[in-house]
Amino acid sequence: MTAAAVAARVTDPELPMLTLADLGILRAVDESGDGVVVTITPTYSGCPAMRTIEDDLTGALRDAGYPRVEVRTVLSPAWTTDWITPAGRDKLAAAGISPPGPAPRRAAGPVPLTLGPSRRAIACPQCGHAETEEITAFSATACRALRRCTACGEPFEHVKEI
Amino acid sequence: MSFDEAYEALTDHDDDARWAYGTGFADPLAGVDTAVPAGVDRGDLAAYCLMLGDDALIMSHRLQQWVTRAPELEDELAIANIALDLLGQARLLLTRAAEVEDAGRDEDALAYLRDAADFRNVRLVEREDADFAHLVARLLVFATWRLALLDALTAAGDPVLAAIGAKGVKEVTYHRDYAARWVVRLGDGTELSHARMQAAADAVLPLAGELFRTHPTEARLVAAGTAVDPATLRAEFDGVWAQVIAAANLRSPSGVPDDDGPGGRDGVHTPALAGILAELQGLARSVPGGVW
Repeated sequence: MTAAAVAARVTDPELPMLTLADLGILRAVDESGDGVVVTITPTYSGCPAMRTIEDDLTGALRDAGYPRVEVRTVLSPAWTTDWITPAGRDKLAAAGISPPGPAPRRAAGPVPLTLGPSRRAIACPQCGHAETEEITAFSATACRALRRCTACGEPFEHVKEI
Repeated sequence: MSFDEAYEALTDHDDDARWAYGTGFADPLAGVDTAVPAGVDRGDLAAYCLMLGDDALIMSHRLQQWVTRAPELEDELAIANIALDLLGQARLLLTRAAEVEDAGRDEDALAYLRDAADFRNVRLVEREDADFAHLVARLLVFATWRLALLDALTAAGDPVLAAIGAKGVKEVTYHRDYAARWVVRLGDGTELSHARMQAAADAVLPLAGELFRTHPTEARLVAAGTAVDPATLRAEFDGVWAQVIAAANLRSPSGVPDDDGPGGRDGVHTPALAGILAELQGLARSVPGGVW
């Protein structure tokens, strides 16, 4: 298997139903000689999973016969939820996590303040009801908000758009 | 197994399992091109990275102190997540500062081994919050200012600072919305919550003057196209503050006062910083380089 194929199959420690490729944080895999350079991008500046991801990549590639692995970080362009692949979105939905909508597009000028709850149309991943409400914009990890369905009453996680 | 190895078995013992130092992975800028732009003074750029990094580090620490004390579980999560974002920004900025100064220090040495007078954060982030209303008022002031700053930094001539800014904008947008919604909820709430939110706004806004004062280091870097002049952020700040205060049915204190004395950017801090550093640095200093 190529190094790129091995790296693409490594899963995210916080969202284990997604591979790093599904999540869109795997930016490049370069083979040279017996060495591999993997370039990843953090989802959030303080993402505590980066070290585990680095270890998982190094371990998977070592097991696949690539003993020399270097993991590099790239900050720019910054990760956006738009990079989560269609397959990744399907896997999130299948796991009961509502996938993100399109990331907000910035108009020129200052970042607008949002005082009300988010107006996004986010359907319930359990019953499919169209109307859900935000409980909190910050959930078990920085990348997920907590919402509740107004029909079935079930809370669910939503990957928030950045 | 000898007794000496008993503790070893308790940890997955790799070469940087230095949890006193807390960081886990070695270099948050690994692989990022870290050249210093032409025409930029290294000392100034390192000092500037320290300013923005120390703001995030100390604010993060104050937020962490609220974890287990917030009114609801959802707010525990929010405050912890905001603190974590800021800690991540601090790591990137302190790592950049260490690389640029090139004096053999790393992010850990900068965070854990400097004395208060060597910190360059604004004094606003040192304040201990008297209650939750003070916390959200202070976070609103801080996040509104920092969001405008990071957004302007995306156009900076230093590609590393521009990248940190672009990443931070996405995060601090959520921080500001969180703080603003709480200010509105409390200000537009009961008689008691309104009174406490008003008292918090009255107490916190006068501390914002320092945020908009241009330090000589910043002025030189602005001339070199690498920093944001904080004086240019005031109009956006005033607009957002007025919008929130109006939605919260509060009256604004008389406005942000001008502040031109020496401040946190010069290493002149409030006594509170020593207490923060005692907690933040105590373990790392008592067991230098300690490995568990």
